[in-house]
Amino acid sequence: MMNKRASVVIVGGGIVGCSIAYNLARMGCKNVVIFEKNSLASGATGRCGAGIRQQFGTEMNCILARESIRIFENLSQELDYDIELNQGGYLMLAYTEKEVNQFKKNVALEQSLGIDVRYITAEEAKEIVPPLNTKGILAATFCPTDGHANPFNTNFAYAEAAQRLGVKIYNFTEVKEIKTEDNRIVSVSTDKGEVLTPIVINAAGGYSREIGKMAGVEIPVYSQRHQILITEPVDPLFKPMLMSFSRNFYCQQTPHGSIIMGFGDPDEPKGHDIGTSWQFARKMAQKMTAVVPLLKEVSMVRQWSGLYNMSPDSQPIVGEHPQVKGFYMAVGFSGHGFMLAPVASRLMAELILKGRTSIPIDRLDIGRFERGELIIEPSVV
Amino acid sequence: MKDETIICRCEDITWGEIRQALEKGYTTLDEIKRVTRAGMGRCQGTTCRRIILREIAKFCHKKIEEVAIPTFRPPTKPVKLETLAGDDDE
Repeated sequence: MMNKRASVVIVGGGIVGCSIAYNLARMGCKNVVIFEKNSLASGATGRCGAGIRQQFGTEMNCILARESIRIFENLSQELDYDIELNQGGYLMLAYTEKEVNQFKKNVALEQSLGIDVRYITAEEAKEIVPPLNTKGILAATFCPTDGHANPFNTNFAYAEAAQRLGVKIYNFTEVKEIKTEDNRIVSVSTDKGEVLTPIVINAAGGYSREIGKMAGVEIPVYSQRHQILITEPVDPLFKPMLMSFSRNFYCQQTPHGSIIMGFGDPDEPKGHDIGTSWQFARKMAQKMTAVVPLLKEVSMVRQWSGLYNMSPDSQPIVGEHPQVKGFYMAVGFSGHGFMLAPVASRLMAELILKGRTSIPIDRLDIGRFERGELIIEPSVV
Repeated sequence: MKDETIICRCEDITWGEIRQALEKGYTTLDEIKRVTRAGMGRCQGTTCRRIILREIAKFCHKKIEEVAIPTFRPPTKPVKLETLAGDDDE
């Protein structure tokens, strides 16, 4: 039977929703409910590239990512579930002078914030990744504590830990209506019944704009397909995530041995399409076999896609809506939801239960777009 | 079926692991795939999908045709990246 009342209703059973539920419950909040229209990790979380990096171009992103890594490092123990964290580093490759300049700036900023990162030559990059073709590489940056984790395991780890603390998760339960009175949240209706609640957290990822509309608010985010492919498992070839902004790719071998790779198509239309195309697989194969020629011999076994939920400045929107009391948003992660969820969920729980956060995130509010105070991140794939 | 019986031969997933996932409440093929990796290997579930579907149906007291099947993801057979990339340089 479904609860009649909840203190908090979370829309979305991905990493963002489940981690917020866990942190709320951990901080003592009772009667937290998650509604997931499909099953856990069925959306962007389970489709993501699984990378976790601290190498960003804005102070806000560097600090959030640094704190997220610190949480990731202890998360398997904290949640009693192996999240398969693998800190093999991120090797960011610069192919243009513009990138070289940006990387120098990024490294200075990151080092000033205590992030262990260094600016290196193409030869040094090849020492870290021996099969790398250094042709065209002008320089690189390397952060050894970056890496990746298993998104399914991390999602389930948060969900199961949340359930042990009393959180109720309703799978295959679709939110249909969010009712407000005098600009306050009063209830959420689903295809399985209605729950009275003073607080709704929109963690619906690719569908967060639609959930916003149900509460009568316009959230300036849109969804966009990103495709990805994975190879058969092979012997260890390289440890770090390889990434380039100008050549537009990311590629990493998981501990399981399979190699995952993707790129963002600049011509991809906005929308909710999560189909796949052979054109993507072909272009991806062309890109990566040029960078790591050994990959020519490795076979793709599967391709799929998922939705980035993009905000106008590629930064998440985290906070309460100024016009609808009790309507909180953790949306618009712009491809970084998995890596930022551990820290964003803690801060969201602090905001709701204490009214303040241990890291200032007031600039991530939805009002920044009207004020024209965008936070432009230069380093996004 | 014994717990040690291997159901997914590509990923070495045993019946015991799948049974545990079912008992935890992961009762769709998609969820079992995400929790255990069954069906994510080289053959993409060609061998184990039917067996797992049958066991889900038994566990949930459903007919096999009532159990949702996961999205088919290309390619049907593994393809070398060299073949995919083709001859022309970008």
